[in-house]
Amino acid sequence: MNSLTATTGLLRFLTAGSVDDGKSTLIGRLLWESGGVYEDQLEAVRKVSAGKNGTADLSLITDGLKAEREQAITIDVAYRYFSTPRRKFIIADTPGHDQYTRNMVTGASNADLAVLLIDARKGLLEQTRRHAYIIWLLGIRHIVLAVNKMDLVGYDQRTFTDICDVFEQSTAFMDTVKKHFVPLSALCGENIVQRSSNLGWYDGPSLLELLETVPVSQGSDSGDFRFPVQNVVRPDPDFRGYAGQIVSGKVQAGQEIIALPSGRKSRVEQILLYKQTLDEAIAPQSVVLTLQDHIDLGRGDMLVEPERMPAVANQFLADLIWMAREPMKKGVPYLIRHASQVLCCTVTEVIHGLDFQTFASHEAETLQLNAIGKVRIVTHKAMFFDAYSSNRATGSFIMVDPATNDTVGAGMVSAEDLTVHDSAPYQAAVPLPATYSTGLTVWFTGLSGAGKTTICSSVYTELLALGFRVEVLDGDVIRRKLNSDLGFSQKDRDENVRRIAFVAQLLATHGVIVLVAAISPYREVREEIRRDNPNFIEVYVNAPLEICEQRDPKGLYKRARNKEIEKFTGIDDPYQPPLVPEVECRTDREMVKASSARVVSAIQFFFASRLNKDEGQAMSCPDAGRAEIAEQSRIQSNREDCL
Amino acid sequence: MSQHLSHLDLLEAESIYILREVAAEFARPAMLYSIGKDSSVMLRLAQKAFYPGKIPFPFLHIDTTYKFREMIEFRDANCRRLGIDLILHTNTEAIQSGANPFKLGTKRCCALLKTQALLDALKLHRIDAAIGGARRDEEKSRAKERVFSFRDAFGQWDPKNQRPELWNLYNGRVDAGQSIRVFPLSNWTETDVWRYIEREDIPVVPLYFAKKREVLVRGNLIIPLEHDFELRENEKPQQVMCRMRSLGCTYCTGAVLSEADTVSKIIAELQQFRRSERENRIIDHDQEGSMELKKREGYF
Repeated sequence: MNSLTATTGLLRFLTAGSVDDGKSTLIGRLLWESGGVYEDQLEAVRKVSAGKNGTADLSLITDGLKAEREQAITIDVAYRYFSTPRRKFIIADTPGHDQYTRNMVTGASNADLAVLLIDARKGLLEQTRRHAYIIWLLGIRHIVLAVNKMDLVGYDQRTFTDICDVFEQSTAFMDTVKKHFVPLSALCGENIVQRSSNLGWYDGPSLLELLETVPVSQGSDSGDFRFPVQNVVRPDPDFRGYAGQIVSGKVQAGQEIIALPSGRKSRVEQILLYKQTLDEAIAPQSVVLTLQDHIDLGRGDMLVEPERMPAVANQFLADLIWMAREPMKKGVPYLIRHASQVLCCTVTEVIHGLDFQTFASHEAETLQLNAIGKVRIVTHKAMFFDAYSSNRATGSFIMVDPATNDTVGAGMVSAEDLTVHDSAPYQAAVPLPATYSTGLTVWFTGLSGAGKTTICSSVYTELLALGFRVEVLDGDVIRRKLNSDLGFSQKDRDENVRRIAFVAQLLATHGVIVLVAAISPYREVREEIRRDNPNFIEVYVNAPLEICEQRDPKGLYKRARNKEIEKFTGIDDPYQPPLVPEVECRTDREMVKASSARVVSAIQFFFASRLNKDEGQAMSCPDAGRAEIAEQSRIQSNREDCL
Repeated sequence: MSQHLSHLDLLEAESIYILREVAAEFARPAMLYSIGKDSSVMLRLAQKAFYPGKIPFPFLHIDTTYKFREMIEFRDANCRRLGIDLILHTNTEAIQSGANPFKLGTKRCCALLKTQALLDALKLHRIDAAIGGARRDEEKSRAKERVFSFRDAFGQWDPKNQRPELWNLYNGRVDAGQSIRVFPLSNWTETDVWRYIEREDIPVVPLYFAKKREVLVRGNLIIPLEHDFELRENEKPQQVMCRMRSLGCTYCTGAVLSEADTVSKIIAELQQFRRSERENRIIDHDQEGSMELKKREGYF
């Protein structure tokens, strides 16, 4: 192999094309001619292909998986590596079949350049157009149209220029992409590394020459400093560092930064890379930063520069590529992974779908597997991001289905409709659309073992009998599924509560009464979700700690006392009771039936008063309503005590 | 001031990012430590990722008891010096019932002493993310491996149903019993590994360096003699100047003829090698598509 110095650049490129365009042969050829294939690998390939025609089939070098060799198609992205004295190359060899478009997107997401293969005899196919579109959508700045099998069209210049013209015309709107055109024959090795006399009319570079010389920039990045915090490094009480990768821009010691979402300003004290202290660091270096001031900062937060802030909003438009067999559903919770954070989200609207044949948009209700469309997404709290076209790292996200844990979608934030706020603290998220106001969230809070789940099931049965649509969100269940990434720090507990509240509100959109049973120990976040949600009733399930500990239905108190569990509410983590709950259930004094009856009547009162409100006899402020429901419940409670 | 990052800097930054994601996303991650050059590089990357803090996960070594003596010495000295939390696991049951490569053949032996032992250890220690040093350039089925690669509750890999992996957004969500194999060196090549070892001055097992060793030459294979290797009739050990290009169990790791006794000589030698590094690993060739089959069963 050729020698390589340690300062050689790196080019990541993908190859795409339709079935039988000769993509695997092209890569096999590139690797072979640049010395990237070892003799024993070639022998192994010869052994397999011997049955066919005796000569080594170069495509077998890349078609790694047995299933693929049997079916003779490439079903998954294969990564290949080779170097020349000028550059190190990483090839993402992506599948041609349309059922594997999601794998092509995978390969394209990290590429700087795309080699798009065309069979000279067939010209442009729908598949090719789909690939070109994906390449453009994913923000790749260079497309090399490799017109292959020139030997089979008699090296005809006209055939080549016709294909180039059609491609130019049909992709004219992709003006952010530089298009390169190379005629070649992968099978004969013409214009791959060496230029070919058969293609004497072509005076451009060979494919490899082009790959070696194309300027690699940091993709589309604007150069704004973005540093998503991955971990907090705290070896001792005196040191507090923030570990992460600079995803765009650069940072200097002493530079002013803003921490999101808190909006707090500070300055960078030190930039550490292992034992070195740097004056400056640039993307994509992974470093540890320390700050001059002590500010509360953790995973999921982001450091940015004050003059060039990202957008902050809890809803935005995005191009979404759907990757799951199950079609996308509107109004159900998905998880978003964005930078270093996880958010709960839902798709509220499909703006339009996309037709690959015409590149025209059309109306769509949902997105099927491999479809692309523009959608509106609402998240459960404000997200900080840039448009994908200006920043690939902070404009991209994936969607995960919390029920199956599968990655179901890949999204790119659109530049349209971005609301850029100033650098004030970021609580002012856009409220949910008006349609989010038909159902009701009933929030049961209280210690573990206080009886939340028990009362919940009783209320559930009664409401069903009354003809309501009801759903129960049990804290334990949600923690196992939707929120399995969260722990028991205050931050994670708050996040847990916010996500549950978000899902409850989603369900309420469809007129459902949602019963939430969650310890939710902190008052502040409970008040926060109440503020965001006018249709909210809080039920304080109250039993003294001693009673809960005696009951100990899951054996958790015992384990907490034995120090097997840390930060257990009531033992070594505080529980802050609500100050004015709509309903309080003293489960140590009253029967389950009595408690649930009071909750049910509070719910009925809520709907009755909203009916009045709709008719113009509204209560002036939500708190007045809250007091009224609480008062009703108290009166009833007293009455029962008297009985 | 303008800076230029070399491709090693870029690979390093990516790997550190991946290791930090693992530390943040999983409850009980562990790093598979095989003592080889790739493990040595991963160890350095893990130190860098969390410095000045400690590496926040333990290392796990699956000891088949057929490893080279020099490997074990190196492992123990290195882990002691760096204060690494090392978990050792051996399929003692299989070994007590007489499992060895001579008796069972390489395929059965590997299934019991490596794959089974690994799955048992992951289960025993309830490890939800196992970090491995495999690289995509090593073997054809590895070329398709994700950085975060999902394993079902039986430790198995389904190559036709991998999670799409976009940008650097890794989906590590698993249910109880399932796990993720993580490969921070996915994009490194053998040459990158050696250049990094040179640049960072990372200690590696002396077996990688050429010297005269007592070996058996059998066909194309140069087999180092350890663990009562059974000679066939008419076979005689000889002294040969050679080195190991990759390290595994003694019986399954062949040496290569080489004069390279320093890192820089190894790098120079790699520029001329026309044969891949796993060629000397007998297990990869015991049947067509064999690495892929082993991986589906749970092998790294």
